[in-house]
Amino acid sequence: MIEKALQGNRTYWTWIGALLAVMIIGGLFYLKQFNEGLTITGLSRDVTWGFYIAQFTFMVGVAASAVMVVLPYYLHNYKAFGKLTILGEFIAIASVIVCMGFIFVDMGQPFRILNVFLHPSPQSLMFWDTVVVFGYLMLNVVISRVTFSAERKGIAPPKWIKPIIYLSIPWAVSIHTVTAFLYSGLAARPFWMTAILGPRFLATAFAAGPALLILIALWMRRNTNFDAGHDAIHKLGIIVTYAMSVNVFFITVEVFTAVYSGIPEHISHFKLLYTGLEGNNTLVPWMWGSSLFAIISLVLLINPKTRSKDKILAFSSVLVFLSIWMDKGLGMVVAGFVPSPVGKVVHYSPTLPEVMISLAVYSAGILIVTILYKVALSVRESIS
Amino acid sequence: MKISRRQFIATSGLASLGLMLDKPAKALAKADLPQKRPLVGKRWAMVVDLKKCHEQENCTKCIEACHHEHNVPDFDNPKDEIKWVWKEGFEHAFHEQDNPFLNEELKHSPTLLMCNHCDEPPCTHVCPTKATWKREEDGIVMMDWHRCIGCRYCVAACPYGSRSFNYRDPRPFISESEFNQDYPTRMRGVVEKCTFCEERLAKGELPACVEACEAHALVFGDLEDPNSEIRHILEERFTIRRKPALGTQPEVYYIV
Repeated sequence: MIEKALQGNRTYWTWIGALLAVMIIGGLFYLKQFNEGLTITGLSRDVTWGFYIAQFTFMVGVAASAVMVVLPYYLHNYKAFGKLTILGEFIAIASVIVCMGFIFVDMGQPFRILNVFLHPSPQSLMFWDTVVVFGYLMLNVVISRVTFSAERKGIAPPKWIKPIIYLSIPWAVSIHTVTAFLYSGLAARPFWMTAILGPRFLATAFAAGPALLILIALWMRRNTNFDAGHDAIHKLGIIVTYAMSVNVFFITVEVFTAVYSGIPEHISHFKLLYTGLEGNNTLVPWMWGSSLFAIISLVLLINPKTRSKDKILAFSSVLVFLSIWMDKGLGMVVAGFVPSPVGKVVHYSPTLPEVMISLAVYSAGILIVTILYKVALSVRESIS
Repeated sequence: MKISRRQFIATSGLASLGLMLDKPAKALAKADLPQKRPLVGKRWAMVVDLKKCHEQENCTKCIEACHHEHNVPDFDNPKDEIKWVWKEGFEHAFHEQDNPFLNEELKHSPTLLMCNHCDEPPCTHVCPTKATWKREEDGIVMMDWHRCIGCRYCVAACPYGSRSFNYRDPRPFISESEFNQDYPTRMRGVVEKCTFCEERLAKGELPACVEACEAHALVFGDLEDPNSEIRHILEERFTIRRKPALGTQPEVYYIV
């Protein structure tokens, strides 16, 4: 099957070439980081997690979102999602690999990473996160492989795969819940120590992931022979609408609790994000940008007249994705560290090497998804 | 039996996965059974007498002694900084005790901070490789710099900011005159912190900071020993601890 990825037109190879180029450039920056240490990032004694871990967190959400097409199709027999499930699962596979990449580049001693398995520590949420994320990768590899092979041969998938598919549904929820617990279990960080962090992670996941899937499906309909179907794409739009509404509601709940109770330890982190704290206000336009995108996207999505238009749906999906990425992919992690446990306000912003290395990790994921999609499209073309 | 290439790759992949999961599976099986050892009856702790400390204005002897003893590098920039023992304004060290009319002397006097060697250390709970742990026999929160993968989860979990990460190779930043041959240096990419000088205790010596303090502002001792000096001080004087509400049971006590 994989040989299908080696046959493509000029555009395909240009795209692959561009991704490889970004990976090589980022790879060179990683070599620099490998030799000099994480000092070349914007991280500091007080802000010890930043862009990498934030990307990891965001992409766990994108990975988990496959459940939003798998669940309606397999549990509710919603046939319109039939063609989409494989795309969702492929995104999940690539996202999990991206997550692993971000963890790897964030490690101080990356070659010791297998110590997590050599000295397993069930009392650490990071151990569990490794287990569930890795398990999720395996589930999606097996499920997509088995169901897709069956599709190619024009037969029904074997019966034994059904329970595994059902298992993948709560498993998807678990990967993002455990990732949230990684943060929300820390008494040292009042900003993260909130019960709503897990639900919020899930809401953002189920908005950002399907938004990405909408964009991919729309692009494919226009540029390839693959059409997920108008109904399926717009049903995804409804899922994004609900998930994004819930997310904005959760943010409001969170801000209310902090602001109305007025406990300085809780409120100071929100000040850093939305008003600036002790002269540090670099994140303020960023976070208000995220809020603005969220509001515009919701206005466009909630109104069925605008949502039903492909172009507006695509535009809203971009806004949803960006809004969530800006929050979860930077603000959420940094605000946990600032102010520090001793009340220090420290500035953090990612450096050029940090961004380039991140782009390389993302490119690797996009390359994987490109190859998987190429195979899927070619196989489907040859069937029909 | 014929095996296709794809089947072969899939099977060998699964087999190697099985091998990888062996250890975690064993650990899970053991997870619920705490390995109880007989209680040795030792619990190291420290008392910091801020009044005595403040009388020695701008004194940094304890910090210098510690950082020399443990080959702590000096990068001269706060971003990569490593510190085991350091001073912080009282309003930073004790957020919850701050008030607008706080005793002037206290307000502006730096407070000595270090690892609290908590009874319930959040840092050790979160470590995914058991590279940091509480030593059961004497309560010291230990570090294994050869096992640490540098994930910095412990740094995020410490409510006291006591942990430092080696963002760069520390070795070129330890001056030759300061270098202590008897203590290991660290490598880039691992976390470190105060260890209550466990290496000195093993040799029958007090922690370097305690020994260096001429004002006798630092008292180190065993809480389990009712006749120890530290127990007498804790019984007689009013002491406070940092962020007691978090339930970490820090073992560094402050006389204000």
